[in-house]
Amino acid sequence: MNKVFTDALSALHDLQDGTTLMLGGFGLCGIPEHCISALVQKGVRNLTCISNNAGVDDFGLGLLLQNHQIRKMIASYVGENAEFERQLLSGELEVELIPQGTLATRCLAAGYGMPAIYTPAGYGTEVAEGKETRVFGDKTYLLETAFEADYALVKAWKGDRLGNLVFRATSRNFNPLMAMAGKITIAEVEELVEPGDLDPDHIHVPGIYVHRIFVGTNYEKRIEQRTVRARS
Amino acid sequence: MLDKNGIARTIARELRDGYYVNLGIGIPTLVANFIPEGMDVQLQSENGLLGMGPFPWEGEEDPDLINAGKQTITTLPGSVFFDSAMSFGMIRAGKVDLTVLGAMEVSQNGDIANWKIPGKMVKGMGGAMDLVASARHIVVAMQHVNKAGESKLLPACTLPLTGLACVQKVVTELGVFGFDPQGFVLLERAPGVGVEHIKSHTLGFLTAHGSEPEITWP
Repeated sequence: MNKVFTDALSALHDLQDGTTLMLGGFGLCGIPEHCISALVQKGVRNLTCISNNAGVDDFGLGLLLQNHQIRKMIASYVGENAEFERQLLSGELEVELIPQGTLATRCLAAGYGMPAIYTPAGYGTEVAEGKETRVFGDKTYLLETAFEADYALVKAWKGDRLGNLVFRATSRNFNPLMAMAGKITIAEVEELVEPGDLDPDHIHVPGIYVHRIFVGTNYEKRIEQRTVRARS
Repeated sequence: MLDKNGIARTIARELRDGYYVNLGIGIPTLVANFIPEGMDVQLQSENGLLGMGPFPWEGEEDPDLINAGKQTITTLPGSVFFDSAMSFGMIRAGKVDLTVLGAMEVSQNGDIANWKIPGKMVKGMGGAMDLVASARHIVVAMQHVNKAGESKLLPACTLPLTGLACVQKVVTELGVFGFDPQGFVLLERAPGVGVEHIKSHTLGFLTAHGSEPEITWP
């Protein structure tokens, strides 16, 4: 079994126009930087992107937006991206904004083989429009379906040749969920280790969910809001 | 009149030992600065952290370690990381004791709107819809009026809703407000603010007798 690719471009070799993609990350934390660069390089278009955020104007998914490579964006929060807001308000970009927990759980459902979930998030709001509801106890829930994504592009800290993945700190966020949800999951890692090097008790995503893996070098890991305590 | 820190300090009185608390972006974040000495409060950050610590020392920022406001932060002894599904799992399951968030509008029956101004601003709801749909104890921290000077405490929200009848308390620069079946109830006045001033800046139905005490802090 060899899941190892040399770089992002080779790992994404068969990715076509019109594909539905999941991309891990929260803000710019834990985004698959190298996969995004490869998408820009390949110039694939009409993408549907499922991602919590849409990057900033000149980094992350913002790069794909600038190139008009995204047809539809499914996200929960897009506040830091002026180009996104412009394309949305002008109607160039189709956007589905959904609650963050719903986004996460629709990924989870896909990875767990469940067609749908019930959540109270969004009941009584425009998110609920056209959706089936059901009352459990004294509360009304929305039926939300599992995502179907052709590819999941995720970023892990470490991975091995078998595709087992370990994440670091809050860069974990949506990455393991999307890794489990993709029909083809491509993981970029900072460090590729040998099977056996990762403690089986500490693996976050079993390799059965991961189809391709490559090492990304020179991560930029841009910080969106640098907040510090000054040393006196 | 309260400043932002005054609003945060007022909300901090809701904290209890052992609470798990989710603080939204903006004024709610400031509540963390007023956790009483010796009180054990765990901050939940919905991007996947329980036990959020203070900002890092200059030069020790870790790009892999941020809060839901995308600010660099630190962990504390006992901190835990988890994925976004588990994060909203604990929120949905009602494990978070107190949720503090900002709002653009709150209605007199406790509806909240804070994610969209049609045709003008679309930032998205982030985790707010999940939080308000499931949290047991929701406090809103916001300015009493918008930039145009119009009341944000309304008979009914005019903006797209985030959640229905979910807010238990609102703290603004003018006072602390609860709810009864009729509408808003003035519970406490900000120092130096009279009831008439509060009434004239509140468009929603407000019960206020004039005998409400001024806010005090422990």
